[in-house]
Amino acid sequence: MFSWFGKVSFVPYTKVSDFAVHLREGRLMGSECSKCGFATFPPRADCPECRSADFTYRQVSGRGTLFTWSRIDAAPTGFEDLGTYTVAVVDLEEGGRLLGWLGDSIAESDIQIGMSVQVVPRIFEEIEPIKLYYTVEAPAVD
Amino acid sequence: MRIGVIGVGHGRFGRRSDATVQELAFEAYRLALEDAAIEPDAIDASVVAAVPEYHKQRSVAGVVQEYLNLNPRPTWLTEVACASGSAAIRTAWMAIASGLHEVVLVVGCQKMTELETAEILALMGRVGEVQWESVFGTTFPSYYAMFANRHMHLYGTTRDNLLEVAVKNHHYGALNPKAMFRKEITLDKARASDSVASPLCVYDCCANADGAACLVLAAEHRVNNRDRVVWLDGVGAASSSMSVLRRPDLVGLPSAEEAAAQAYRQARVTAAEVRVAEVHDCFTIAEIMAYEDLGFCAKGQGGAYINERRSYIGGEVAVNVDGGLKAKGHPIGATGVSMATEIVTQLRGDAGERQAPGADIGLTHNVGGIGQYSFVHLFRRD
Ligand SMILES: [Zn+2]
Repeated sequence: MFSWFGKVSFVPYTKVSDFAVHLREGRLMGSECSKCGFATFPPRADCPECRSADFTYRQVSGRGTLFTWSRIDAAPTGFEDLGTYTVAVVDLEEGGRLLGWLGDSIAESDIQIGMSVQVVPRIFEEIEPIKLYYTVEAPAVD
Repeated sequence: MRIGVIGVGHGRFGRRSDATVQELAFEAYRLALEDAAIEPDAIDASVVAAVPEYHKQRSVAGVVQEYLNLNPRPTWLTEVACASGSAAIRTAWMAIASGLHEVVLVVGCQKMTELETAEILALMGRVGEVQWESVFGTTFPSYYAMFANRHMHLYGTTRDNLLEVAVKNHHYGALNPKAMFRKEITLDKARASDSVASPLCVYDCCANADGAACLVLAAEHRVNNRDRVVWLDGVGAASSSMSVLRRPDLVGLPSAEEAAAQAYRQARVTAAEVRVAEVHDCFTIAEIMAYEDLGFCAKGQGGAYINERRSYIGGEVAVNVDGGLKAKGHPIGATGVSMATEIVTQLRGDAGERQAPGADIGLTHNVGGIGQYSFVHLFRRD
C-alpha cells in the first residue's frame, strides 16, 4: 500500500506501509515506541532511542507552523506536468516534521516562515491507482 | 608520523566530449606523477573517487586502474556523493597511518555529461530522502533553497548576498585555466537569471561537469622533497541526517561544524590562522553557511562576510580563488581532490594570478548532498 503515497513512489515496501491506509482514510499518523514512548513523524518502525521494534501509530492533528519552503521551477522526472509547485516543511504541533505541497489556500505573497498552517490529507482524483499526498493549507481549511 | 601530499595534477573541467572517464583520469595522473617526480613503482595502492550512477561503465575503479597501468596494485572506490573525493583522501590517509601502505594515489574522476537529459532529471528527483520527501518532487536546488529561506528569515541574509558569492567565484574562475567558466559576471546579470527553486536562480547553482584531479599522498619517511611537501595535518569527518525533517535547523550543516572542529583540534590550528580555503559552493547559500560552520565568522554573519569582501584575496580568508564549484565546474567525484590540489598549489606559492599572498595554512570543506557527509581537511606548509 505504501506505493499509494506520493505522486511518484520510490519505495513501495516498508514496515510502516499502513501509514498510507490511514492517510486514505484522512488520518495523518506518526509512530510511538511501545517500549520507551519515543514519538515521531514521519513514522518509523524501529525506535532510534531504545532499538525496540514494537510501535503503534499515533495520530497527529496536522496543525503546525511553516518551517521553510521553496517554489520549484525546474521539476524532476514524474513532476513535469505540475509546472511550478511549492514544497513546504511544517513543524508539527505534536512534534516531528512533514514535507508536502503548499495548497491553494496560501498565496505565495502570503507565505511567512512561522505562520500557522494545517496539513490536509489528499487523494489524486485523476490518477489510477490510488495516489495520496497532503497539502499545507491555511488553518481551518479541509 | 606526518602524512604529506608530494604531488598534484588537475585536468581541465568542463563538457569533455573528447574523453572517457579513464582518459580524464590519465590527464590528471600524468601531471601528478610529474609533479611528485616519482615513477609508478613508488605507488602502493590507489583510491578512486567517483559517483557510480553517472557512468555507463560499472565499477569504474577497475577501468581507471587498468588505464593508469597500475595493475596489480590494489584499488577501491569511495562514494559519498559530492564528497567522494575527500573521502578518498581520508581513506588514503588512513591506509598510510595504519602502516599498510606508504604511498597512495588518490584519483577523483567523473564524467557527468554522457547522460541524457531525461536520465539527469530522473537522478535529480532522487537526491533527497526518497520515502518521505522525493515523493513530492524535491530537487537538489530546492533543498538548498529551503536552507536559504531559513537563513534569510533568521539573519536577514539577502538575495544579493547570495549572488555576491557567484560574482566572486566567477571573478576568480576567470583566472583559472582549468575552470569550466572563465568569464566574470555582474550582479545585474546574475539577478536576471531564471529561477530554479526560489529563492535560487541559475547563477546560484554550480554546473555538472566532466573532469579529474589526482594527488599522491606519502608517509613522512617517503617524502622525497621536503621543500615542496604540503602536510595533511587534520582530517575531520562527520555525518548528518539524510532527511531535512530530522535536522535541528536548516541554517548550517552540523556535520561540517563537527568535521571542522575535529580537523582544527587534530592539526592544532584555529579558524583565524587559515589563510586560504576551498569550500563546497554547490549553491551560493552553501558558501555563506560554510563561512559560519568553519568559524570564519559567527553564525548569521555569512551574508555580511561576502558583502564586505572578506573572502576575497586581501580579505581574511581567500575562499574558492580557483573559481569554486560555481565557476570551475563540479564533476562530483573529482571535486574533493580538485580542492586539495588547489590548496597544495596555493601553499607552495604556485597559484600565479590567483595566489593568496603568504598562505601557509589552508583548508578544504567538501560536502556530500546537503551535509549528510562532510569532510574538512587542514593542510600546512612548514
Ligand atoms: Zn523506544
